[in-house]
Amino acid sequence: MMMYVDLFITFFKLGLVSFGGGYAMIPLIQKEMEVHHWLNMSTFTDLIAVSAMAPGPIATNTATIVGYKIIGYSGAVVACIAVTLPSVLLILVIGKLFFKYQDHPLVKAAFYGLRPTIIGVIAYAAIKFAISNGIIGGSNFIDIKSSILLVVAFIMLIKTKFHPAYLILISGLIGIVIF
Amino acid sequence: MKKDKRDYKLLFELFLAFFKISPITFGGGFAMIPIMEDVMVEKKKWLEKEKLVDIFAVSQSIPGAIAVNSATFVGYQIAGIPGALAALVGIVLPTFGIILVLGVLLASFQHNIHVQAALEGIRPVVVALIGSAAYKMSRVSIVDKTSLAIFVVCLASLLVFKSLNLILVIFLGAMVGISISKVTKTLKQTVSVSQKKVSSEKL
Repeated sequence: MMMYVDLFITFFKLGLVSFGGGYAMIPLIQKEMEVHHWLNMSTFTDLIAVSAMAPGPIATNTATIVGYKIIGYSGAVVACIAVTLPSVLLILVIGKLFFKYQDHPLVKAAFYGLRPTIIGVIAYAAIKFAISNGIIGGSNFIDIKSSILLVVAFIMLIKTKFHPAYLILISGLIGIVIF
Repeated sequence: MKKDKRDYKLLFELFLAFFKISPITFGGGFAMIPIMEDVMVEKKKWLEKEKLVDIFAVSQSIPGAIAVNSATFVGYQIAGIPGALAALVGIVLPTFGIILVLGVLLASFQHNIHVQAALEGIRPVVVALIGSAAYKMSRVSIVDKTSLAIFVVCLASLLVFKSLNLILVIFLGAMVGISISKVTKTLKQTVSVSQKKVSSEKL
């Protein structure tokens, strides 16, 4: 029972502070997994891959699959509800106020500082994932094959409209051939 | 009585509309925008385009998944709290099922050597995915030297102080934004006051 409460509180908290949607939530979930010793980094990376490949929001997808991995089906339900609840409550309780205050100077100023901070947090997540998956900073310092995959994928993602889901599938096939 | 029936019909329609949109939105919230516009504005005529644009703007500035937020907002806008819940369940349910099936599949095949090799190929792409999300979002978030400085300080402190609380960092970011706007406002006022002094002295 304690496990469920813990899972619920964790994802509720994450839902409350994940400004900027799914990718902003990834580093936050990762930190919680580390604190609670729930998942190791490579397992978590695989779960993100599945979440990004599946349709739907990355945030709820990641919460659901992480909850499943930790406790099973009931964990998936708990994590998914917990992560959506804060924003839904916000919308239902003060939904109308958002339209009124979104152009308020104070709100604009807060977001001016919030946005680059979120980018910093996401960039940090990318670096941290690269290190903990042994792509950089591992025994060879730079894992050549993985690094090439990383760089090519990054360029394709920012320069072309190639869909991430296909990119994940193709890299899986490449993985089978080269690893 | 008749009104009740119509209400339930509308709620069911809302649920169904989002239930159908949800499984075809790969890549989260932003991918959903054109589809939602087509269904909500053009086909169902539930709300005006301007309203939908507003909803997307607000959905990005509250925490949580943009897709879930905007669906809930649209449902709320059309049919109040019951509408919000109908839309919410509609948008979450299909993808919840899909991700669960994928999770079960992953759990049962993850020890297979081919699956292991595939995952090893996929992991760098996940890193690229996260990195590219940061890059794409930076184009609207890092707009001048000050916001660039906030980004650099944030990233550097996260890399140096490994045990920093991320929630605290995000909160501090908002506070820095507010303080900067206060400071620039005061500076502008002092500048304009001193300019006025100069011009009045000239006179």
